[in-house]
Amino acid sequence: MNSFFARKFVVQGIFIAIIAILLARLFYIQVISDEYILSAENNVIRRLPIYPARGVILDRYEKILVQNEPVYDLMVIPREVKAFDTLEFCKLIGIDKAGFDRRFKKARNYSPYKASIFEKQLSVQIYASFQEKLTNFPGFFVQNRTVRRYPDSIAAHFLGYIGEVNQKVIEKSNGFYSQGDYHGITGIEKSYEELLRGQRGVQNLMVDALNRPKGNYAGGKYDTVAVSGEHMMSSLDKDLQKFGEQLMQNKIGSIVAIEPSTGEILSFVSSPGYDPNLMVGRQRGNNYMALLNDKYKPMFVRPIQAEYPPGSIFKVVNALVAQQFGLINENTYFFCPGGYRYGRRGYMGCTHVHGSVNLKSSITESCNTYYGYTYSRMIDFAGMRPVNAFKKWRNAVSSFGIGTALGIDLPGERNGLLPTDELYTKRFKNDRWGSAYTISLSIGQGELGITPLQMANVMAIVANRGFFYKPHLIKAIGDKKVIKEEYLKKNNAGIDSKYFDVVIDGMSAVVNQPSGTAWYSKIIDIEMCGKTGTVQNPHGKDHSVFVAFAPRDNPKIAIAVVVENAGFGATWSAPIASLMVEKYIKKTISRPQAYVDRLLQANLLPGAVGNSPSVKKPVTDSTSNNTKKPNKANRVISNNE
Amino acid sequence: MNNQRSLFFNVDWFIILTYLTLCVIGWFNIHAAVYDPMNPSILDLDTNYGKQLIFIISAIIIGFAILLLDSKFFNTFSPIFYGITIILLILVLIIGRNVGGNQAWIPIGSFRLQPSEFAKFATCLLLARYLSSGTIKVQDLKTQLVAAFIILLPTALILLQPDAGSALTFSSLIFVLYREGLSGYFLVIEGLSILLFVLTVLYNKYIVLVGVLVFAGIMIYFYRKNRKMITVTGFGVLFSILFIFSVDFAYNEILKPHQKNRIDVILGKVNDPRGIGYNLNQSKIAIGSGGLWGKGYLQGTQTKYDFVPEQSTDFIFCTVGEEWGFAGCFVVIGLYLFLLIRIVNIAERQRSSFSRIYGYGVASILFFHIFINIGMTIGLIPVIGIPLPFLSYGGSSLWSFTILLFILLKFDSNRMGII
Repeated sequence: MNSFFARKFVVQGIFIAIIAILLARLFYIQVISDEYILSAENNVIRRLPIYPARGVILDRYEKILVQNEPVYDLMVIPREVKAFDTLEFCKLIGIDKAGFDRRFKKARNYSPYKASIFEKQLSVQIYASFQEKLTNFPGFFVQNRTVRRYPDSIAAHFLGYIGEVNQKVIEKSNGFYSQGDYHGITGIEKSYEELLRGQRGVQNLMVDALNRPKGNYAGGKYDTVAVSGEHMMSSLDKDLQKFGEQLMQNKIGSIVAIEPSTGEILSFVSSPGYDPNLMVGRQRGNNYMALLNDKYKPMFVRPIQAEYPPGSIFKVVNALVAQQFGLINENTYFFCPGGYRYGRRGYMGCTHVHGSVNLKSSITESCNTYYGYTYSRMIDFAGMRPVNAFKKWRNAVSSFGIGTALGIDLPGERNGLLPTDELYTKRFKNDRWGSAYTISLSIGQGELGITPLQMANVMAIVANRGFFYKPHLIKAIGDKKVIKEEYLKKNNAGIDSKYFDVVIDGMSAVVNQPSGTAWYSKIIDIEMCGKTGTVQNPHGKDHSVFVAFAPRDNPKIAIAVVVENAGFGATWSAPIASLMVEKYIKKTISRPQAYVDRLLQANLLPGAVGNSPSVKKPVTDSTSNNTKKPNKANRVISNNE
Repeated sequence: MNNQRSLFFNVDWFIILTYLTLCVIGWFNIHAAVYDPMNPSILDLDTNYGKQLIFIISAIIIGFAILLLDSKFFNTFSPIFYGITIILLILVLIIGRNVGGNQAWIPIGSFRLQPSEFAKFATCLLLARYLSSGTIKVQDLKTQLVAAFIILLPTALILLQPDAGSALTFSSLIFVLYREGLSGYFLVIEGLSILLFVLTVLYNKYIVLVGVLVFAGIMIYFYRKNRKMITVTGFGVLFSILFIFSVDFAYNEILKPHQKNRIDVILGKVNDPRGIGYNLNQSKIAIGSGGLWGKGYLQGTQTKYDFVPEQSTDFIFCTVGEEWGFAGCFVVIGLYLFLLIRIVNIAERQRSSFSRIYGYGVASILFFHIFINIGMTIGLIPVIGIPLPFLSYGGSSLWSFTILLFILLKFDSNRMGII
């Protein structure tokens, strides 16, 4: 039968050919393609992020403003989910079937293999009852992480809040963030995000097919530990902040208090505010929408985002600039017949007929006429063309930190508005305009916009007699108490210190002389120097403004208070400022309880009934109606006292 | 004494050495497959590798016992072996234990006997006996029908279990018939059938049909002077049309969903890494992640952490691939190839056609298992649950392969004598 012997080679040939195919295929999947190596790692290695504790934020006396609290996120790995009692599950975590389906679909769309958050921030009770039954729900597990907790519910605008990163942030972060991570969205949380967030660690776990952990990958060689975020010591005085927020409740406005010798912000009140704890937890979304839709705009950071024409308080700046230019001095007198005539038919009214006024009393009595003349000297009689004189004036004013953002360590600071000569040249279609055309600027209105922070900073300059440090919120970072370089730099306002005395004399008289506009707000034992202002509001009641610093010698605090729709500066803002100053310097309040209660209980929100016990003075309005040059750009028009 | 001596010298020690090497490789890989790095244990007879050690030792004893038997014994009793196997195959359908959907095991004490394993050598023996008897010619239709009956009876019984994988094994015996004179067309037809089958399942049957007709047209054009080729092509077309329609019908109407799914996954019709194709993908991942040199003994993660199912039985090759890499696979497959070539050579040096035919049977069955099993783990062919000879965990299969092989060795040691 060996006639078919040759077929041996056919059979062997087929064997060899098939074996060769097997080897070729093996060579391809084992040596050439690396797809399977990656798949294998995905199979077996679970990179568990270890979340660092976010940095704690303290006040200037190291009392806690923000701390961390553990929460439990319910995680799911969709492909590992097996059939289970959905009803029981939903009941446990308090959702309905539709909600379950929606969440599950979302998780599966993200990735069937990777863990994603199924339900955020379970309460401790839910966590406990869930943990007991965890084995009934394969594919689900609970991940520990921390959320922010604000023990005093204060300083929401200052601290800001954190929230889940969105897709854009993830893409921009070069892989630092991944879905479900938190980052600072506003406030200090945002501006110091890189320091606060710390460094995430990774644990490389090996798991089996049922996702049961089987120990460290490569003996933990590729694991990294989490490094907690830096703790921040803020400049805030917690008690002062709390008091300020209480004083501002049911009012719209701001309080900014600065320590002049350092630029540290002692109090940063934006009202209406909100409880920062609202921005944490499962109700966050609802709370956020409610806050966003609130007609009083509690999310608006008024101290750095609201711009007001400063009104009378701007006279302080003009008084200093004019002295520096050598155009007036303490002995310069102007006669006030009750108003200031300018141009051919222009007339700017004054609050009273002041008669002969010197520099000091021009501040104390807030004489518009005096500043009309002063401004005219600076622009028209400076020995140069008025346009150039205006440029010089503008430069001097901007040295006070007006018209540009001061560079506070918070996101969203506004520049404010300090008009340029180009604006007027464009408006008047030539550059032959003079002081008569921009006379409103003499008394702090017209095209001016100043934030409460800038107002307080002007006071810090006056308190320091000529210089300021950039206002800032964080005074020391981490254990080494680092402070940013830029906050140690002395900024000069360009005014010699000798020119301040007369202005400060005038401001002291505002508070400490019975004839001063803020006499009602005098503090026993503390010589506070201040200036009131009333900003006329075309949309409703005037805004009440008061700026001050105290004590006169070695000032500890410079403050600006704005209460919107509250009428005169002396009625609301000045008493609030005086209480803040006293509270900060003496730690107690010497005023009668009724005095404090009146401020605490007042409801000055627009539309509130019976809100204002203040008496309307007969003379309320002197300039705005009488100023002949229309200032179209004005949103809020200043008034003077 | 003299007899014993000649046995010692005449036995093919290359094969025995290869056999032992493969058994040892299998044992180490089974150990690796069940090894739990968190609870490493010393040799434990309750574990798979502990049991496998017993199986290997007993297999070697069985093997050498066979060498001591008389060669004539197998020829004489081949119808009885065959008969017993058939009875067992019927019995298993009645009293067998159902494991994993297949009614394939007869429980005996703590062990389970798998008659389909033993059907392999029994069928080979009877086929060899039939084809080597007297004036039989494979070219005769009657011979072909009887041979087909011998092969198809156990195949049909095994299909009833239903164990398609084991049943398919018997199709490899076509090599035996081919060697004994069956027309080469049968091999070509078998090859073409597989090609058409794959194409029909993969694409629309009408597209395949058009393809066949175009191909036939080209063939007829080139061989237009050759009437014989035109006739062959015509029959080919006719056959193809019938085949395509019956495959289409069988695939859509007869195959069970899970079988259909397996075919779908292998042909890339569905891409579902966690569903039907899970086994397959995990197995490819395990082998593919081994790289050139492998992850090292006991270092495989995919097999260790149960990503690969059936890892000590049907998917034992995954452990080889993952822990020993391409180098290890090359060695194992090289050993197999050596074994196959050697068996064919041994078959050819037999003086009796009975031994030669049996030898080809052994080579065919081993080859089929190796090809299907390894091909399955690397995604070349559908997942068909058959063991990898000598490596896979399991007593029945190891014993059956051992018996299969050692009977041939016995014949070979007596090749000078006349059976």
